[in-house]
Amino acid sequence: MIKKTPKQSTLQGIKSLFVGLRVTGHNFVMPQITTHYPRQEVDNLVTYRGHIELVPKEDDPMTSKCILCGQCAKACPSNCIELVIRKEEVEPPPAAEAQPDADKEEAPPKPAPKKKVKRILEAFILDYNLCSLCGQCVQTCPVDSLEFSTNSYLAGFTREEFVFELLERMRKKYKASSSG
Amino acid sequence: MNIAPELIHIAVALAAIAAFIGLNGLVLVWLERKVAGHIQRRPGPYEVGPWGLLQPVADAVKLVGKQLVRPKVADPWLYWSAPLLSFTPVFLLFLTIPFGPRLIGMEFNLGLLLILAFSGLNVLALCLAGWSSANKYSLLGAARAVAQSIAYEIPLLLAVLAIAFQFGTLNLSTIVHHQGPMPWQWNVMTQPLAFIIYFICAVAETNRAPFDLPEAESELTAGFHTEYSGMAFGLFFLAEYAYIIVISCVATVLFLGGWHGPGAPGFWWFLLKVYALIMVIIWLRWTYPRVRFDQLLNINWKWLLPLALVNLLLTLIFVKM
Repeated sequence: MIKKTPKQSTLQGIKSLFVGLRVTGHNFVMPQITTHYPRQEVDNLVTYRGHIELVPKEDDPMTSKCILCGQCAKACPSNCIELVIRKEEVEPPPAAEAQPDADKEEAPPKPAPKKKVKRILEAFILDYNLCSLCGQCVQTCPVDSLEFSTNSYLAGFTREEFVFELLERMRKKYKASSSG
Repeated sequence: MNIAPELIHIAVALAAIAAFIGLNGLVLVWLERKVAGHIQRRPGPYEVGPWGLLQPVADAVKLVGKQLVRPKVADPWLYWSAPLLSFTPVFLLFLTIPFGPRLIGMEFNLGLLLILAFSGLNVLALCLAGWSSANKYSLLGAARAVAQSIAYEIPLLLAVLAIAFQFGTLNLSTIVHHQGPMPWQWNVMTQPLAFIIYFICAVAETNRAPFDLPEAESELTAGFHTEYSGMAFGLFFLAEYAYIIVISCVATVLFLGGWHGPGAPGFWWFLLKVYALIMVIIWLRWTYPRVRFDQLLNINWKWLLPLALVNLLLTLIFVKM
């Protein structure tokens, strides 16, 4: 590097003063780039990561893609996901006797004729008060049934307002979009 | 009862000055925040009143309503006298400034001297404020204020002296009369170096960024006024803006032809030039980062002071020729 003489550095310093003034002067006359929040809202929020939402199946928008594996609840470091699962006994089709062996809910002793248990998602409860938005649940989900919402203007007055039932939200959203 | 007409004139002038300072304080706070906002591509204040025009009023009401607190260990006399000492000389400074051909508080042969002398009181006020607060940030701010003001007062005086030599007077009205209506007849054309030196020193004297070391919020919390609350802080704040107006007024009188202007001369030309200078000062503040303390003193002792001396010498030679 060539060392500058004091004269050179002084001239350069003086020049930089005018460059600085030109930069701020230019920005002064340019249009604003901020959003006046309560009056305007931003619209380019695709990259915003809000709380999670369930993704509906493509062919049936009232059911979620979720396969009830519970990996999201296990992965969550804040324990804010809770799956409410209802079991329904269905008559086994005569041929298919095989049970999914990973099913640990099969504890109670049963009488001889084995019945198949169908697990149905009653509710997907997210306690957003505890969520740290780490995104582990979205990453863990094997069937991509979780996504981030884009509501950056979420606000409420009580803790209870931030305990969401995601299944219900998903259905409401579909109903709203299909009716409106 | 027989009251001298000059006394009435001065009383009216003082009342007008008080109104002018108060109104300007409000306008400049708004202007500063708007300019800062636009330079940073945001709107600035816009919620209170149309275009945020009532924002400074809301701020002033807040300041007036706040409790005045004094630290237990602070010296009560010095602590409370400092903001008053900072603000009251401002009235005297405006008294001799010729706003228009006849719009002047008091014709005074030593007007320039009066302004320079009484603006020096502000340093004392800052020093007392920082010293009596019994706070290390305040003390550091005060020490910086004193070092900075003493350093920059010398080239400022030398630059002003060049003009005084040129016309052989310290009367501001006479200096304005010596200049013409057209920009090339203004002193800034004959004394460009003096103008630049004066302007830099004036910005430093008023502790404005990039020379805002006595306040230096990122280093010293708030510097000399760290402990002040409510209207005690408000007076310092108002005084700062008043001094900005004063230095802009003096620059206009000495270098930019005062109330002269193309077309109709009058106080509008004066105010226009003053506000243009204030805009430049605000622009500087939102452009440059704060100088370091050694840089601050280097600029002064290594550059401004020698240049001012050379300028004065050249002026002397030209005047005597």
